[in-house]
Amino acid sequence: MSDLQPALAQALAELLLATADDEFVIGFWDSEWTGIAPMIEEDVATSSIAQDEIGHARALYEMLATLTDADADAIAFGRESDAYRHASLLNHPCRDWAFSVARRYLYETADAVRLAALAGSAHEPLAQLAAKMRREETYHLLHVDAWLRRLAEGAPDGRQRLAAALSELWPDAQDVFAPLAGEAALVAERVLPESMPALRAAWLSRVRPILEPIAGALPDVAPSPNGRTRRTEDFAWLHGEFTLVARSQAGATW
Amino acid sequence: MSAAEGRIWEELRHIADPEIPAISLVDLGVIGAVSVADGRARVELLPTFVGCPAVEMMRQQIGERIGALGVAEQVEVNIVFSPPWTSERITAAGRESLRRSGFAPPHVGPSVPSPASGLDELAVLPIAECPYCGSHDTTLDNPFGPTLCRAIYHCASCNQPFEQMKRV
Repeated sequence: MSDLQPALAQALAELLLATADDEFVIGFWDSEWTGIAPMIEEDVATSSIAQDEIGHARALYEMLATLTDADADAIAFGRESDAYRHASLLNHPCRDWAFSVARRYLYETADAVRLAALAGSAHEPLAQLAAKMRREETYHLLHVDAWLRRLAEGAPDGRQRLAAALSELWPDAQDVFAPLAGEAALVAERVLPESMPALRAAWLSRVRPILEPIAGALPDVAPSPNGRTRRTEDFAWLHGEFTLVARSQAGATW
Repeated sequence: MSAAEGRIWEELRHIADPEIPAISLVDLGVIGAVSVADGRARVELLPTFVGCPAVEMMRQQIGERIGALGVAEQVEVNIVFSPPWTSERITAAGRESLRRSGFAPPHVGPSVPSPASGLDELAVLPIAECPYCGSHDTTLDNPFGPTLCRAIYHCASCNQPFEQMKRV
């Protein structure tokens, strides 16, 4: 990978870290439902989806580790909580099932748009991995799409909770497309074939017609400049959970 | 194919999938290119799912078993995503092995176009043939099963739950 110019390699590292952290953090939030999901089928499904996401994060961290000559586990588990670069959408806890469905719908659809672009990346290893990940993410989309409809078309309590969660999370969902350092270079070299604003426009045109009948008019809010650096107490708690083993047994293998 | 490469393929045909031992790694379609050059054997391993926890076990087993053949001084097992593993890579013999051990093989056929939701084009269809009675009167209970690559169905004809290896 040393064939990349240093500035481009640095920008690619930012892209990989942002994408990997998104997958990693949603995977750990989803895994919070293991054992307490509303029904056994959902226990299995949510745990399986969480395992997929953490698997995707692992592959992306390994690609980043190769690029930056670092250790993937150290990147995943060795950082302080404020060094993670996931979108602010993923700062929130699971709260309740409707909130989790709303968040996952927003994230999965945004991730699908991003992955479709990355599958055409000029950085071949990333294009190959993204193409493989897309096939698996299809199942996540199917799953969350079914739940969105089920809650939207179901009893008033579920519909109201879903609508409230979508409205609350909407501004933070934009941050999946927050600008990346070095983005112009990534787009110029087609490592990221479409800019974040272009990807966001594609995502908006796809989700608005589905979400507005449920949640009402959704405002046009730009991604926040600190959309990938803003951290919360809730995330600090999750970070404490997922780094617990790594912190208590440094260098442990099993 | 050299004689050494032929022996590696033959050995790989006898290494079982760690999660579904009825099927070999070759029939599962997870072996990509195999080559031997300058005393080094290289085997490409294509994970069924990116996060499959059995990949490390497969990698280790391949390394040990090919190493024991003595056809190369070093054995390299590389995990690759190109070509991606897809369920179409399972051989006809592999599909039969899955059926015999109670797993419906993945449905093969054209993808359906984008659904009304506007979500991604779906490469999956909830279609499975019951591995016990052969009925097509089956319903998808959960696209997520006990491992990443398995879904759970129910057969209305013989009233039996069964698993399908997922189409990806």
